[in-house]
Amino acid sequence: MSDDHVYLSLAEGHEDGDARWAFGTGFEDPLYGVSTAVPEGVDPAELAACCLALGDDALVTAQRLAEWTTRAPELEEEVALANIGLDLLGQARLLYARCGQVDGTERGEDAYAYFRDADDFRSVRLAELPNGDFAFSMARLLVLSAWRLAHFERLAASADPVLAAVAAKGVKELTYHRQYAAEWVVRLGDGTAESRRRMQAGLDQVMPYVSELFAAYDAGETVLAVLRQVTEAATLSLPAVPEAAAGSGREGEHTEHLAALLADLQSVARAHPEATW
Amino acid sequence: MVTVLADVRRARHIAEQVPDPELPMLTLADLGVLREVRVTPEGTVVADLTPTYSGCPAMSEMRAEVFARLTGAGYERVEVRTVLDPPWTTDWITSEGRRKLAEHGIAPPGPAPRPAPGPVPLVLSPTREAVSCPRCGTTDTEETSRFGATSCKALWRCRACREPFEYVKEI
Repeated sequence: MSDDHVYLSLAEGHEDGDARWAFGTGFEDPLYGVSTAVPEGVDPAELAACCLALGDDALVTAQRLAEWTTRAPELEEEVALANIGLDLLGQARLLYARCGQVDGTERGEDAYAYFRDADDFRSVRLAELPNGDFAFSMARLLVLSAWRLAHFERLAASADPVLAAVAAKGVKELTYHRQYAAEWVVRLGDGTAESRRRMQAGLDQVMPYVSELFAAYDAGETVLAVLRQVTEAATLSLPAVPEAAAGSGREGEHTEHLAALLADLQSVARAHPEATW
Repeated sequence: MVTVLADVRRARHIAEQVPDPELPMLTLADLGVLREVRVTPEGTVVADLTPTYSGCPAMSEMRAEVFARLTGAGYERVEVRTVLDPPWTTDWITSEGRRKLAEHGIAPPGPAPRPAPGPVPLVLSPTREAVSCPRCGTTDTEETSRFGATSCKALWRCRACREPFEYVKEI
């Protein structure tokens, strides 16, 4: 018993590469045992691009949500935000694994998460903006989860069985995420004068970024209907959706915030590639 | 043929006894995560697992444990596969699993909600059918957070006996 070191004693008896005690990078394939075939009629490049964009949105959002840990207004909210982030991280892992199977590179999930620079990320800019006020974070979570839910409902019928299964699973999780964010928007919007002022400010900061999401496909109306319903219940005014701005995270054009976020997220993996402990 | 059938039954029984790492009072069979165990004509034991949540960190431990127990029982070729479709639902938790949860102070889930397109339900007070307190049985309970220590649980509180408790939320 190596009782002088708690982690060593934990790992004792598991020296044979047992996956239960794998920490660091090099986790096993989350799609292990799932058929890798691409059905006829599915364009692998298009499928890869779709998985990459949705995976990047999820990873970047998960990282921002994790940053609320130790900073959230209450312990319960911290647990909730970390849970939502964990769901998204799980979605990102599955989507990256699928991307690696179909984009011809056979890369694993770590290669996408840790070894790409900001220019190679295809996430929307809204996801990478700093957390700011709690109200801003809730407005952003509402928009991102409402959009992702609408998109996943469509993708659950995708011709690619892996993407369809990831989406069908995600629909259940995203329903909880959207509900959580919507409740906070109502609670703060229809709350005190101060909470209302800050919730409106958060919404005003989010709206200039939504056109980038809506450009991908015609989910705009579905998402706007949700936003109208929630902001009305919250007694807030919904700012107009601006014309699509020049440049887009979907083309790899990001704000300066993404590089800083990635530096944080990737530093250990890059300093110690392939490390496990 | 008889040997193969007996073998499948034995292999299934072994895999079914693997406990869930987060809810160790439940087996993977109770939880509905173990979907199928079969033996291929070549003699490989194949076990199918469906993850509860996309980000469930216990998945690799479950896979490793099923693999270890089957190989430990003498099966030479074992494959533990991930099956994503259809997605896991709390409806798959067996009645035995529900009984064990309640016995350990965790309220079991009700029926999973059907996906309902349309407006977001926005009543801020809990609207679902009241959850019974696993300690005193009253339904005078309230949700304190829809998210808990693991992805699958919510935090609740009993207003009668004042005890907090966990609740496996429907998905």
